[in-house]
Amino acid sequence: MSTATRRPAPDSPMAKLGGPAKWFDDRIGLAGLAKKQIRKVFPDHWSFMLGEIALWSFVILLITGVFLSLWFKPSMSEIDYNGTYAQLRGIKMSEAYASTLDISFDVRGGLLLRQMHHWAANIFLAGMTIHMLRIFFTGAFRKPREINWLIGLGMLMLGIIEGFAGYSLPDDLLSGTGLRIADGLIRSIPVVGTYLEFFIFGGQFPGDDFIPRLYIVHVLLIPGLLLALISAHMLILVYQKHTHWAGPGRTNRNVVGYPMLPIYAAKSGGFFFIVFGITALMGALMQINPIWMYGPYDPSQVTAGSQPDWYMGWLEGALRIMPNWETHVAGFTISWNVFIPGLAVMGFLFTLLALYPFVERWITGDQREHHVLDRPRNQPTRLGFGVAGITGYGLLWAAGGNDILATHLHLSLEAITWFMRFAIFIGPVVAFIIARRWAIALQRHDRESVMHGYETGVIVRSPEGAYSEIHSPISSERAYILTAHERRPKHSLVSREDVSGVRARKQGKERLRSRLSDFWFGDEIPKPTVSELEAAHEHTHEESPVVGDGHHVGIETGGQTGGDPFELDESTT
Amino acid sequence: MSSDFADGRVARAGKDNPDDIPPGQLPAPILANEPIPDPGLPAHEPRPTDVDSKLEKRAERQVAAMFGAATVLTLGFCVAYFAIDPHALIFGYGALHVTLGLTLGLAFLLIGLGAIQWAKKLMADNEIVEYRHSTSSSKEDQEEALTAFFVGADESGFGRRKMIRNSMIAAMGVLGLPAIVVLRDLGPLPGDLPEVTVWRKGIRVVNDVAGTPIKPADVEIGQLVNAEPAVFFEQRLPSGKVIPPKFEGAALEDAKAKAPVILVRMPPADIHPLPSRRNWGVNGILCYSKICTHVGCPISLWEQQTHQLQCPCHQSTFDLAHNGRVVFGPAARSLPQLPIGVDSEGYLIAMSGFHEPVGPSFWERG
Amino acid sequence: MRFLSTRRRHPLAGLVVVLFALVVVGGLYSAFRPASADESTTDTQLISQGRRLFVVSCATCHGENGQGVLEKEGGEFGPPLIGVGAAAVDFQVGTGRMPLALPGTQAEARKPIFTPQETAALAEYVASLGPGPAIPSKDMYDATNATPDEVAMGGQFFRTNCTACHNFAAQGGALPHGRHAPDLTNVPAKYVYEALLTGPQQMPKFSDAVLKPQEKRYIIAYIHSMATMPGYGGSRLGFLGPVTEGLWGWLFGIGALILAAVWIGNQGVRAGKKRR
Repeated sequence: MSTATRRPAPDSPMAKLGGPAKWFDDRIGLAGLAKKQIRKVFPDHWSFMLGEIALWSFVILLITGVFLSLWFKPSMSEIDYNGTYAQLRGIKMSEAYASTLDISFDVRGGLLLRQMHHWAANIFLAGMTIHMLRIFFTGAFRKPREINWLIGLGMLMLGIIEGFAGYSLPDDLLSGTGLRIADGLIRSIPVVGTYLEFFIFGGQFPGDDFIPRLYIVHVLLIPGLLLALISAHMLILVYQKHTHWAGPGRTNRNVVGYPMLPIYAAKSGGFFFIVFGITALMGALMQINPIWMYGPYDPSQVTAGSQPDWYMGWLEGALRIMPNWETHVAGFTISWNVFIPGLAVMGFLFTLLALYPFVERWITGDQREHHVLDRPRNQPTRLGFGVAGITGYGLLWAAGGNDILATHLHLSLEAITWFMRFAIFIGPVVAFIIARRWAIALQRHDRESVMHGYETGVIVRSPEGAYSEIHSPISSERAYILTAHERRPKHSLVSREDVSGVRARKQGKERLRSRLSDFWFGDEIPKPTVSELEAAHEHTHEESPVVGDGHHVGIETGGQTGGDPFELDESTT
Repeated sequence: MSSDFADGRVARAGKDNPDDIPPGQLPAPILANEPIPDPGLPAHEPRPTDVDSKLEKRAERQVAAMFGAATVLTLGFCVAYFAIDPHALIFGYGALHVTLGLTLGLAFLLIGLGAIQWAKKLMADNEIVEYRHSTSSSKEDQEEALTAFFVGADESGFGRRKMIRNSMIAAMGVLGLPAIVVLRDLGPLPGDLPEVTVWRKGIRVVNDVAGTPIKPADVEIGQLVNAEPAVFFEQRLPSGKVIPPKFEGAALEDAKAKAPVILVRMPPADIHPLPSRRNWGVNGILCYSKICTHVGCPISLWEQQTHQLQCPCHQSTFDLAHNGRVVFGPAARSLPQLPIGVDSEGYLIAMSGFHEPVGPSFWERG
Repeated sequence: MRFLSTRRRHPLAGLVVVLFALVVVGGLYSAFRPASADESTTDTQLISQGRRLFVVSCATCHGENGQGVLEKEGGEFGPPLIGVGAAAVDFQVGTGRMPLALPGTQAEARKPIFTPQETAALAEYVASLGPGPAIPSKDMYDATNATPDEVAMGGQFFRTNCTACHNFAAQGGALPHGRHAPDLTNVPAKYVYEALLTGPQQMPKFSDAVLKPQEKRYIIAYIHSMATMPGYGGSRLGFLGPVTEGLWGWLFGIGALILAAVWIGNQGVRAGKKRR
């Protein structure tokens, strides 16, 4: 009682903001939480901002979407258009399409909002994708972050559906064509396809129920789920603290960076304004989805170059290159040509991604927590899988635009399709091999750098007439970064011992696991050991010329204890 | 090597070993045989703006200028909204649209750039260190939580009173059913709707959009007519009587999703009809469904010399000289053909409906 | 001669020889090219002039009398021209598609080889072989005075009959086997009309009996309105639909944002000693 009434010292924090802060704390007691979080540390690196691209574009989508919903009429009732756009005046169209025309031509700034909304959607999906790739290649999905990996995948999937729903709403020729294709996909589901089609569309395609239904999915259901998942994603991130890159003083037990207040409030908050600004500039200067040119949807019309937005492009590609397989059994039809590319491929990819962290953990036998990121090259096999995935995705993506490729590169549509039918299987394998070897080569380069320094490009001639290149030592920070990853003795984590009394099946499983583990770590270039490093430096001491200030080339090791062996090196250069 | 941080803490490399990390959770640093020891966090180095007050002032002015310009641009947005004619053009672009976008975009961009410049140049930039705690709770907490759970579970008797437990599970389980049952009225059952179109014997084949009926002589070799059944349009009988269109609104759209056809004419010698389809055409004029059998895009990309019809969506290609068979692409079924003839006034008519369902395949299609 | 022999190994020597050869061939061609007739030719004179031009430039593929030339396998080397009409000739020759540069490929529009007068002579000659569509008069295809209603109607016809090949903004699109439907935005109205009427190459015909002359004019008016449409929402990005939009979203949008992220994450210059 006495402490509460005592007047605080004039320069104490309580004097400055005590009133309102205390008012809140008296009611919801946030000080305990706030004292930790206000100065929470975020590490600084460009690749940690990729997720924020997605987050901030989602916020832009919410803002622009709320404005658009003030004018958009999600109705398929037929009306005669009488708005500003002369080329469509007097033509029958749905209210949804007419109101989208009104937003584009009769609401001032409406076209800007529409285009910002669409660009933000494209960037939202792209941001999620590159964020996911960063997580994958750096191993940030490892324990304890598997749950956030799964939440992220869920958001990516919801984002794709949300985007598809969004570009289907204006009911223009392109979105109607997309829905028609979606209708074909639903129909292809064995057994229940036609029933699902009739329930979803409220009868036959297109009917007049679908756009109102899709609208509520687009503006309420999926955004609500996304908001909930984003909250969970961020809370888990805050609880687990951000990962960081290996570096001097940056370990698995700490996180080094800048405090939330003020640096990250400014940087992150500022980044929102940058994302918004760039989206608005794109909306101002780059026309996207000119629905007035497509015309209203009419099931008897279609345009050349009918394509979905980029994030559905890979499924469109799969649909285009799939051979025309269909099975007829006992009076029933299974349309493999539609079902596999349209629905099974997506399920396959997402299942693969969802299982990946657990498969990798099982193969490597690594049960520990990881907060320091892998340099992608130090995980050649994982890098290989990632690059193979990107290659397969990219090939499908290109196949989805095969007509545009054909006209602009003067190729034959048929030739592109046949090429893709094989490339989709061969390409990822080749990409895997190349990427894995490449990563191993980079590891070798790292090892060389640590042992012999970097190549200066200076060639000297010895008195005997032999030429050699001078190698200069790399900095101590650099050397530490290059050797900060764990040394992984082959097969160390997976037991190869035969355990007596273990059932044969389990033995077989263990044998498979040990074989996979061999493959996983095979060919890796181990970082140098202390004795190897010393030997290398002995060697350079004997062979190499003495550089400038009398220092020997190569890194000096000072052993594990004692003063900083690099102090001298730094102060004299 | 050690560094002192702004908040008074001292980070010491390799010695950040708070007691609250249970062993085995976080990998202990393996110091043995590590070639390069952790040099520890480098000392904080000041920025030019920290040591040169002229640079500091300049950075301050930069940030303020960006915020100031953003204010002006935002106000410019509001002025432009009222001042610029919505239909005016500038350099071939919508003047109002571009002005609104540029002012808004640049205003936001400048606020963002200003804030980040402020953070990078002027805010204290000492890196600070936070120690991680084990993600999992302590062993005691885990035990206490589980104990609490089992006490609660035990007090409820959930495990012991199997009859209550099982009946409750059953009651909760069936609760999902109403949610599914009410979805039944989302739409009617398919019935035979996927298999039928509006085409019947005697319906004229008319040009789409205009609704003009077509005589065989109107169609030249190499011609393509995008056509519809006459019932979609106002029809004028020879008696002068006018029949209104049979469909409108959603019903028209539904019918139009299945009924569009194309008429093509090729040299009769080029056509290789199935025996059953010898009299399905008129003087080399054939009529096919316009709905792709792959996923239902309308196809009318017709090459008059090769007699091939390609779908612009997924490039399924059909040979119309050979009964619409698939020659390329993902479609599995031939394009359905509509038998046509000529009515008493000499106009093209359907001789029957389609003999097979049009459009994409489905389970019950057989 | 010494001048030449010392320079024959010069790196540019080959180029000079090729250029010289080109000049000679070009000169010979223009010397032996059929002379253009004078202005005061009558119809029969026009036909006989057309006949002369035809024999020199067209008969190899289309036959001495326009009857067409068959391949050994029975395919057409060059289609018969009897009955194709003056409109077809005016389109094919007037847009430079004929004479075909390379048999077997798609005839592309290029700079016409014949003068308008020679084109008219050829058209007159081919029209004399058999009845076919005549060259349309200006009032048939001129759509500059179309009313908004007519343009809107043209849009309906355009989306039903044309977009499948030529794209929603008349930018063209892909056809089977490496062929393509051309961009229509810069095609003169007369040639659009003639193409609709005569169905050049793979394009189907749209006869006047089915697609009425005024409906063709509406289509032309709509294409014109597409070609001259302002960029209401900014740059058109090629009007190719979502493929280019996605590409720009990645290149510009994600590109710019990653640049910003790099700037944000960058440590910046330090006042102290230089860092390596």
